[in-house]
Formats: sequence, structure tokens, C-alpha cells
Amino acid sequence: MKKIHVFASALALTAAMTSNAFAGATLDSVKKKGFVQCGVSTGLPGFSSADNKGNWSGLDVDMCRAVAAAVFGDSGKVKYTPLTAKERFTALQSGEIDMLPRNTTWTLTRDTSLGLNFAGVNYYDGQGFMVNKNLGVKSALELDGASFCIQAGTTTELNLADYFRANNMQYTPVTFDSSDETVKAFDAGRCDALTSDQSQLYALRIKLGNPDGAMVLPEIISKEPLGPVVAQGDDEWFNIVRWSLFAMVNAEELGISSANVGEKMSSSDPNVRRLLGLEGIKGSGLGLSDDWAVNIVKQVGNYGESFERNVGAGSSLKISRGLNALWNKGGLQYAPPIR
Amino acid sequence: MRSLFFQILLVAGIGFFGYTIFQNTLHNLEQRGISTGFGFLDNEAGFGILMTLVPFDETYTYGRTFLVGLLNTLLVAALGIFFATVIGFVMGVARLSKNWIVSRLATVYIEVFRNIPLLLQIMFWYFAVLRPLPGPRQSIKMGESVFLNNRGLYLPSPVYEQGFWLVMVALALAIVASILIARWAHQRQEKTGQQFHTVLVALSLIIGLPLLAFLLAGMPLSWNMPELQRFNLTGGMVVIPELAALLTALSIYTGAFIAEAVRSGILAVSHGQTEAAYALGLRPGTTLRLVIIPQALRVIIPQLTSQYLNLTKNSSLATAIGYPDLVAVFAGTTLNQTGQAVEVIAMTMAVYLVISLGISMFMNWYNKRIQLVER
Amino acid sequence: MTEHTPHPDLAPPASAVGFVGWLRSNLFSSPWNTVLSLFSIYILYLAIPPIISWAFLESTWIGDTREACADTAGACWVFVKVRMDQFMYGFYPESEYWRINLAFGLLIVLGIPLFIKRFQHKGKLAAFILVFYPIIAFQLFSGGNFGLEHVETSRWGGLSLTLVLAGVGIVASLPLGVVLALGRRSQMPIVKSVCVVFIEFWRGVPLITVLFMSSVMLPLFLPEGTNFDKLLRAMIGIALFQSAYMAEVVRGGLAAIPKGQYEAAEALGLSYWKSMGLIILPQALKLVIPGIVNTFIALFKDTTLVLIIGLFDLLAIIQQAFADPDWLGFSIEGYVFAASIFWIFCFGMSRYSMALEKKLHTGHAR
Repeated sequence: MKKIHVFASALALTAAMTSNAFAGATLDSVKKKGFVQCGVSTGLPGFSSADNKGNWSGLDVDMCRAVAAAVFGDSGKVKYTPLTAKERFTALQSGEIDMLPRNTTWTLTRDTSLGLNFAGVNYYDGQGFMVNKNLGVKSALELDGASFCIQAGTTTELNLADYFRANNMQYTPVTFDSSDETVKAFDAGRCDALTSDQSQLYALRIKLGNPDGAMVLPEIISKEPLGPVVAQGDDEWFNIVRWSLFAMVNAEELGISSANVGEKMSSSDPNVRRLLGLEGIKGSGLGLSDDWAVNIVKQVGNYGESFERNVGAGSSLKISRGLNALWNKGGLQYAPPIR
Repeated sequence: MRSLFFQILLVAGIGFFGYTIFQNTLHNLEQRGISTGFGFLDNEAGFGILMTLVPFDETYTYGRTFLVGLLNTLLVAALGIFFATVIGFVMGVARLSKNWIVSRLATVYIEVFRNIPLLLQIMFWYFAVLRPLPGPRQSIKMGESVFLNNRGLYLPSPVYEQGFWLVMVALALAIVASILIARWAHQRQEKTGQQFHTVLVALSLIIGLPLLAFLLAGMPLSWNMPELQRFNLTGGMVVIPELAALLTALSIYTGAFIAEAVRSGILAVSHGQTEAAYALGLRPGTTLRLVIIPQALRVIIPQLTSQYLNLTKNSSLATAIGYPDLVAVFAGTTLNQTGQAVEVIAMTMAVYLVISLGISMFMNWYNKRIQLVER
Repeated sequence: MTEHTPHPDLAPPASAVGFVGWLRSNLFSSPWNTVLSLFSIYILYLAIPPIISWAFLESTWIGDTREACADTAGACWVFVKVRMDQFMYGFYPESEYWRINLAFGLLIVLGIPLFIKRFQHKGKLAAFILVFYPIIAFQLFSGGNFGLEHVETSRWGGLSLTLVLAGVGIVASLPLGVVLALGRRSQMPIVKSVCVVFIEFWRGVPLITVLFMSSVMLPLFLPEGTNFDKLLRAMIGIALFQSAYMAEVVRGGLAAIPKGQYEAAEALGLSYWKSMGLIILPQALKLVIPGIVNTFIALFKDTTLVLIIGLFDLLAIIQQAFADPDWLGFSIEGYVFAASIFWIFCFGMSRYSMALEKKLHTGHAR
């Protein structure tokens, strides 16, 4: 009897919930709950990592904060869901998170059959190798027969297989769930080399017992464009995430930073004025307020600031801009114009 | 009448509930542009796996990764069940030993290991085993054929040459013959009371016959020795540290529970049985083997069944240390590369359900068989 | 005729009494036993001194930085000491720790009378703890009302999260387990088979896959746009999983109640629910308290699995501390600390359950 009551109420509840509408759902639901639910890594210094108080920071985290600043005018309205590489797509597909800026590589399969959309590239990367110096290895081509620590469920696993097949060499994969375990196993000597996106290698090297005993090999064996991902089927939300990134890149190109955004409000350059929502299409196309980009730059900074703060000279990783410099400075970061 | 009404309502409720979930899932999947169906199993996997019991490389399909993961799960579960049972029986008997220090040691073992989470134990063993071992170039050697280092334990693997089937046939014959002899000896003992050295005869048959065949066929067997290459040893067989750690943790943890089951089973046998056996002049070891254990088994078996089930399910914790079992390979990498979460998780759960039901059924059958012995 | 006076008994030989006698009968009664004893002593000799010297004699307790442990051969407990707050409270804001302390303190204060023999209102108090206490505790933990700052569940962690998960798991799975157990013993074939399938399903699948499903896949099964807290979803998964085990424990209790009790209740004209609620269940549940405690121990250990879905329970938060570049290489200390905490809780509870078993046993012996 009691059981039937339980079932009846469960059914009533289910029926009531089934009538929810969909179109443009993500922005509405984000606004309703008052924060952006953001899927990040379980701890990768420079990209997304929490300090011992549980505060998140990093290049990917800045992506979440930028979207929150654009939507709410407050970059603090973000909640973070730490995800392993294995969980990340399911979490996004199921709608558990609103966006996934988690050093995720843009590939055809992921873009098409997984129900995902890549909103852009916030870091151009490539897969590299880290080995112990005392192995005396100078190039990845000397690694025939070696064993590799890899993080499960990444493109790294596939690239590694391709690379060794292409070069007709043997290898042994040793896969782990999280990058922390990968490093720990490499440190314990379980494998000869650790392979991952090159940016991560620098971040992971700090976690070794003796960082100076390991070196990163020069080869890059793959293209790894990393970017924020959203679920397919909601173009409005896709645009917001995509243009939040573009706003950061455009701001750097136009010389607008968190320090000078106040002065730039009185600029007469039409490009600057359009970005800052003073003329042109403003925020209406995205369904946001006109000062959306101002909020991003003011609270998060432009792309260059974010880069230097998290992974560049201002961080412990000291990665140079390289491919991630602006297009007019020899890099690949190129954002469509705001007009 | 009332009960019929309730039952119909229940069925309708569950049916509607299931239908709603099914519809929601389909709708959600479609909405997000996720493809459904099991077609992905035929696609090329494109990644390597650390340990495979069947041939596997990057060019095999996702379906094959399922098989690889399943076999690795079955391997660790079967080995784990074997070792846990041995440890459990030894420790359970030791705990009841008259020897003070032995029984105390067994108690400490049981109380320590059963009260610490298994996941913690697995991680502990993995890193505790891995850290102190030397690298491949400084391997601990036993002769030139057995190597131990932090990549695993390397053993020579047998290579069967032409004519080895003769040995296998001889082995099969010897086993069949032994079973027949055991039956005959048992019947003879029932009738006449005369004993027969079954074990001795069977042992010499099982060892002798294949050995004879082996010699006659011209020793059709050679060994593939592990050899040190630049980075690792190649050739031979290898027991990877992940398997060793998982197996150690699983057997020690489950062994503690089995020991408790064995102890309670033995205590459940009335003391009069022991006294009667002693009065008949049986020695303590023989009493334990022939009188106590068979009766205790009736109490032990149901608990043993649930421990076997737990062990099998717990083997899925392999994913924490990277042993490529079903959950790590199939519900991990394959799921992630294909994004077919619903199908993959459904298949994984189905496998565990089937294994669980299989073990339950076997143990129930075994339990019934020994219950019949009761008179 | 002289009266026969028996010779006074001789004292037993020196080798059969006292320490030597004890040794002879307990350690060296036969050659085989002697070998076993010597072997055991040798093992103890090998194992105990290094462990003691690592954990106590040569370990470091004082200091706040890694440098304090620079030249010790033993354990560096400073690592645990420095991180203690995080191990206990996770990422919970430091200024709000008192709320967690208050919640657990309240539970202890409320719980003590249950163990006092003469206390009269045990039933009422237990009901209060089971029904109202969770609401109070939730308010304290989560906040948002009564001027308390709201603390998101993602900041909960450490030992307090472990205890919350285990507590919620047991409180939620008990009623569900009772319903399932009654269903499994029901006369109605469909109800019975539904319960059997439900129980066997949850008992047959590993908790990891259940947690994975509840943490990342659940929203796929629900209507578009419905979503709730990750911690809550993990709790639902744990509760469903645990309810199947609970059902089997309760079923054991139901089976142990003599048939006469059922018949007597029926003869009194009580309805099914009344006879169950007033006659059978009170007796059956009392019988299976040890079983429930054992289930709770299993659940308590199983909560560590939430680390695989990214919740920071005690084990997860300790693991996370290993990755701190300032404190590399202290994983053994961390694991030992985690193991001892879990061990103290589980061992304590198992002793309690054994004591209960004894007490209840005498109550039913005829």
C-alpha cells in the first residue's frame, strides 16, 4: 500500500516534470539557477586547479568566468564540477554541466557523433613526451619498446597508437584515470615515458619528486586544439560561449585590458566601441546585456592577460605564447570581428 | 480482489515509469545528437591495452575491447576467489587453533584487514609494491629466466611445438582414469572397508602418463625466455604489478571475511562431533578434514557465495590503479572514445549480473549437493 | 583395621603450571605447534620493530613545514597535522567549521541516552533522530536559512562528508529495505517478483557503475532540464544499492520470527500493515540490529568509492593532498592515517555489533 503511494507520487512528479519546454533552454536554466555549471579537470595547474581552500583558477577556469561575466555581469557566478577525462562527455551530454572547458581536443568524432559542439580554441597544443634524463633518450623515435603512462579516455591514447604504428615501433600503454595517478606512476618508475599534451607535461613535471631529473622531448606528434565544449542543439548558448572567447581575443588585439577598460570607454575607435557595446549590434544578438564584453574584460581580463597569469610568465609554468600568440604576432589566435 | 488490484496498479506504475524513462532517454539523446545502437562495436578501437589474454592491437574493434576487458575481469576474479579461499580457510582454522600465538596472529589479520576500505588497500599495495622494486635494468634475477622489476614479474612462457597434443591427450586420459579409480576405491571401501591409496595412484598417473607421452613425442616443448631490451624485457610471460596489487588486496580483504565465515561454520558444529571422532581414534588433522569441515561447509557455503560475489564486483575497483578490467577498458576508454554511455554501461552491468547469477547458481547447486549428504 | 588415608595430592609438576606450563600447553604442545610458534615469533620479530620505529620512534611530529621532516628516517606526521583541517572538513569555509562540529556534537548528545539502560523513551528519541535530526543537520551543513551562510555541497569534504554519506545511506536505505523485504515475503506473486528482481539487480552490479550512472548519466533518463545536486545523486545511488542489502538483512529477521506470532496477530484480527507494524517488525528489527550495524560498516567502507566520481571524501582529499608540490612523497603517511581512521570507526562498530549480538542472544535463549 505504502509502496503504491510512493509510486503514485513518483509518477505524478515525473509527469509534472515531463512538460518542461526546451528551446534555448541552457541560457534560461542558467539564468534561473543563477550560476554557470562548469566542468573542469580534477586538477591541472595552469588550466584548472583548486587551491587548498577550494578556489579554482586557470586558463580554462577563466573561460567559465568569462561566460558568467557575460551572462550575469559577475564572473563569480560559476560552480565547478571536477571531472576525469572519462566522465567529461557523458556529463556534458547528460546536461549535468553547462559547458566544458577542460583541455579537450577538438576532433571530428567528438564534434559529430558525440553530440558536442566546440565553441573555439583557447589553447593550441600538441602531444609530447616526458622522459627521465638518465634514460639518455634524445628523440621520441628512440622510444621503441618503451612503456608509456597515459591518462585514459584521451586523444593521447589514440595518437600514441598511431605514432607507433606509423613508425613501426612497439610500445606498452599503462593507462590511469587521472593525471595525478599518471604522474605518480611515472615517478614510481612504472613507465619509461609520460605522454600528454605538451602544455600539461610542464604542469605535471612540477609534481614529480625530482622535476629536474625529467625532460620534455622536442617532438610534437599531434595537433591538439583545446577549447570549450557545449552540448549540441542549443545554438544560443553555443554562441554565447564562442563569443565570450572571441571577445577576450579581440580585446587583446585592440589593446583593451582589465586595467584600461575604463578609459577605453571614451575611445573613438569604432572597433573598440563596438566591442564595448557602445555602438553597433551590442548585446542583442546574443541575448545579453550591452556591457557583456566590458564585464568579461573588466573581471577576467583579455586573452593575453589570462594566458600570462595562468600559464605564461606570471605563473610557475612559464610557457611561451608560441602558437597561442595573436595572428598578427606570429601565432594562431584569430577572432572574427565584432560588428 | 484487493491484492489483484494492487498488483495491476503496481505493474502499470512500473510500466509507465520504465516507459517514461525510456522515452526521456531517447528524447534526450536525439536532442543532443547522440547516435544510439550497438553499431559502434564494429568500429576500429585505435588504442592499445596493457594486458590482453586474447590477441589485440589498435586495429581490432571496440567489440574486441569488451572481450579483452571481460577476460581480464574473469581472470582476476577467478584467481582472487582461489587465493581468498585458501587464505580464508587457513586463517579461519588458525584463529581457532590451540596455539595461542597463531590464533592471536590470525585474529589480528582478520580484524585489521576487514575493517579498512578495499579501495585504500588496493592503492596502498599498488604503490607499496611498486616503489621499492628496481627498474628493468637492475631487475632482481633468478637465473637467466625469471626477472622481477617495477614493470612486473617476467617468467619464461612455454612454446608448444608439433606433437604436444599427445601430452594433452595423455593428461586427459590420466584425469579420467584417476576419477574412475577414485570411484572404484570409494565403492570398495564402502563394501569391504579396505582402503586404497587413491591419491598416490592418481598423482603418479597424472604426472607419469603425460611425462611418458612427452618423452615419447620427442620433448615437443621449448621456452620463450624474457630478454632485456633497451627499455623493457620482451618475450616470456609477465605478471603486471597492477594485477599483483589488485589480486593481493582482493584476496587479503576477502580472505578476512571468509576466515570469519569458516570460524563461525566450525563453531556451529557441535563439540560432541569432535569428541566422538577423537573417541574413534582419529587424529586432530583427520578429524578436521573428515568430520568437522564437511559439516561446517553447510554453514559456510552461503556466506562463501556472497563473499565470492563481493570479490567479483569489487574487482571493478581495478580502474583506480589502471588494471585493464571490464570497467577500466570498456566502461572507461571505450565509453569515452565512442560516447555511447547508455549502451556501454548497460552491457557492463549485464555482464556483472550474469557473472553474479552464475556464481549464485553454481554455489546453490553445490550447497544442495552437500546438503544431501545429511542423513 | 586401619582407616585408609589417601595420600595427599601432589602439586602438579612445575612444567604444567605457571608461565612454563602455559607456554607448554599453548605454544609448544607438539612438534608441529612448536614449529608454528617459532615461525610466528620470527615473523613478529621481522615486522614489529621496523613498524614501531617508523611510526613512532623515528617519526617527526613537530613543525609546520616540509623542512621539519628533512632528516627523519621515520614517518612525517607533520604532513597530516598541517592538512588536518582539510582532512576533517574538506573545502568547507574555515569560519563555519563550528556548524559541522555542532551537528556531530548534537548527534552524540542525542545518541547517548540510547545507550543508557534506564532511559525510558528510547523509541521516541530514536524516531526523533531518524526523522528530525537529518533536517537540523542539513540546515547546519548547507545553511542559507536563519542567517547562516550558504555552503555549496561541492565544498563539503573530508571525514565529515564520509560520515554524511554513510549516515544518509543507512537512514534512507532502512525504510526502503524494510518495504523490499516485506515485498519479497509477500503472497502476491507480482509484488514478490518485482522485489526479487529489484534486490537481485542491485546486489549483482558493482557500486562503481551505480555511482557512475547516478553521477553522470542520471540526467539522461530524466526529462529535459531537470537536474539536481551531484552529492544528492550519489546519495540516491548509494541508498538504492544499500537498500537491497538491507532488505536481505531484514528478511533474515522476518524469517526468524516464529510462525505463531504471525498467526496470533492474524487471529487478533489485525490488518496486514498493523500486524507487521505492531507485532512482527518490532521483533524482527530488534533481532537484526547486529546485521544492520554490519551493513553500516560495509557502507562506511564503500563510501570511499565516491572518489572515483570526483567527490572529496576522506580518502579522496588525502589523495589530493599527495599532489601538492610542497608535500610530495608522503603518500604512505596519508594512507596509514586514512586506514587508521577507517579502522577505528569500523572496528568500534563491529565490537558494538558483537556486544549487541551477545546481549540479544541471551534474551532469546530458552
